[in-house]
Formats: sequence, C-alpha cells, structure tokens
Amino acid sequence: MSEVKPKLHQRAWQWFKKTGPWTVLGLFVAGIIFWSGFNTVMEATNQESFCISCHEMKNNVYEEYKETIHYNNRSGVRATCPDCHVPKDFVHKMIRKAQASKEVWGKLTGSIDTQEKFEANRLRLAQNEWARMKASDSRECRNCHNFEFMDTSVQGTRSALKHEEAQAAGQTCIDCHKGIAHRMPPVDQGIGQQNEGGAQIHAGNAE
Amino acid sequence: MNKLSRLALSAALCALLFPAGFAAHAAPADAPLEARAELGNSKADMYKPIKDTKRIVRDYVQQPPLVPHDVSRYEISKNFNKCMDCHSSSRYVEMNTTRVPVTHFKSRSGQELSNLSPARYFCTQCHVPQVDAKPLVGNTFKK
Repeated sequence: MSEVKPKLHQRAWQWFKKTGPWTVLGLFVAGIIFWSGFNTVMEATNQESFCISCHEMKNNVYEEYKETIHYNNRSGVRATCPDCHVPKDFVHKMIRKAQASKEVWGKLTGSIDTQEKFEANRLRLAQNEWARMKASDSRECRNCHNFEFMDTSVQGTRSALKHEEAQAAGQTCIDCHKGIAHRMPPVDQGIGQQNEGGAQIHAGNAE
Repeated sequence: MNKLSRLALSAALCALLFPAGFAAHAAPADAPLEARAELGNSKADMYKPIKDTKRIVRDYVQQPPLVPHDVSRYEISKNFNKCMDCHSSSRYVEMNTTRVPVTHFKSRSGQELSNLSPARYFCTQCHVPQVDAKPLVGNTFKK
C-alpha cells in the first residue's frame, strides 16, 4: 500500500518545525516591512509633487490645469493628478502603474521634452486618456461625481438637460467632458479651415 | 544562519532602503494662494457670472447678442473653440442654440469665406457674458 500523503496543515507544521520559529517570525516581519516599503513608494509616486517633478508635466499639463476648476475653486476642494489619472483600487492601480513604465521610457528618450513635441503629440496623448476613461466608464470621475447622487434639479438649465439625456442614453462623463482640466488638442468643429483633419467629436463621441 | 533566514534578512534590508530615495518628493505642491493671486487680478472677478437665462433681447439693432449663460473658464484657443461646440452650424439644431450666422463667414470687405472669419473667431470679443453687477452710473438710454 502506498504511503498516505500528509494533509496540508501537517505539512505546514513539519515545515515550521524544520525551519524554526525565529526564522518564521523573521520572514513574517520582513514581509510586513517589505509591504510597507512597497506601499510607501507607491504612495510617493502617487503625489502631485512627484508628477510635476518632471518638466514635461510641470510646464505643459500642470500649467493648464492650474487655470481650471479642479485646481482652483470657491470651496478649495481639489482633484490632484492621481485622483483622475490613477485608479484607486489595487488591481487597476497596479495595472496603470505598470503601464506607466512606458511613460518613464518616454521621459528617458525625451519623446515630449519640448513644447513643440508636446503639441505634436497632444492629440494622441489625449485620445489615450479619453479611451481609458471611456473603457472604465469614467471610474475616476465617479469617485467624486456619481450620477446616482446627482440632483439635476439644482443644476443650471443646460447642465440639467444634458445630464438627464446622457444618463438616459447610458453615456459616460468623458463622452462630453473632454478638456476640462487640460487644453484641447486640435478639433475639427466644422467651421471651415480651422483644424480641418483634427479630432472629430460628435454627440459626445470622439471618432 | 541557514539559507532561509539569510533570505529573510536581505529582504528586510531591501524593504528598508528602497523607500528612502522617494522621501524627497513628500513636500506639498505649490501653494494654491499664489495661483489665486495670478487668476484674480481683474475687477470682473469680484462679481458672480449670471445663471443660465432665456435669450436677452437686444437693446439696439446692431448690438452683438449678449451671452445669457456662464462662460467662465471656457477654452477659446487655436485648437478648440468651446462656443462652437454648441453654436456651430453643424451643432445648433441638436443643442437648441443660436447658430453662428453666415455674416461671420465673410471677410472684412464682405467677401464670402469657406471658414469662420478669423476676425470673428474670438466670440467673447463682442458677445459678452453678464455678471450680477449694478451699473456704476445712471444713464438715460432708451431702447
């Protein structure tokens, strides 16, 4: 008859005895320290001061953002860079952080290190972010702005009408609210030569 | 010291040293007060923009129609004209707004243009939004 395989808790106990309690305790503490360290770094890279420590961010998008309502308003509540650009929950946050490694590569190779290069890429960069917001149903907007708790009766006439229409049509924030915190890329608005061949935005959808 | 405990120790060391380099970034961003001083340097900023209203009737024949809603922080730049998002000829029906008239597609000498005249592009040069301010002095103007 073949030998019966020990159960999981028995094997764990055997491992514990073999390794010794001090090493196990050491491993546990190391785990805590490692995790705290990891989290500290993650939080450090999630601060506005970190974002604008590179001039590409500071001189372009941050300067534009300083003129908008999410930076400066009557009540002083702010949405900083990561509030909109980094998801809050762990899994999506890690995925976004991993994707951001390409942005580090962009920084190293200087892909947008002058105003001219930045402007040349503005449409592509904006479209990336629009697509990300669209795919997540504007998750980061909704951390603060939730349709469920939005009382359209106390909104302006225009906003109330459009929000009700959008809600009925199942639209998401970014469908209409583009360029709210940064300048817009060239948009073809059907007014002749101006920005012909630029982005086409119709009924809230970028084409 | 066996292999595992050495591993645990080195992991602990790594975890301790890793965040040190990032501590320098912990300082808060620029004080928002500075920005407010930059933004609020016009006396117009002392007043509140009016809420959305119905169309405001012209006071005289050639008056550029007044803007009956808040347009603060609207972008009118080379890339994008926020007004044209609702008032362009391709959008005014669905948005139920006043359309930018064909007179704005003419040059100064009256020549037809295929595009919105650059002289007319900056809407708020003529079409001004309203604030809750009372007139500074009385006048006897009649419609």
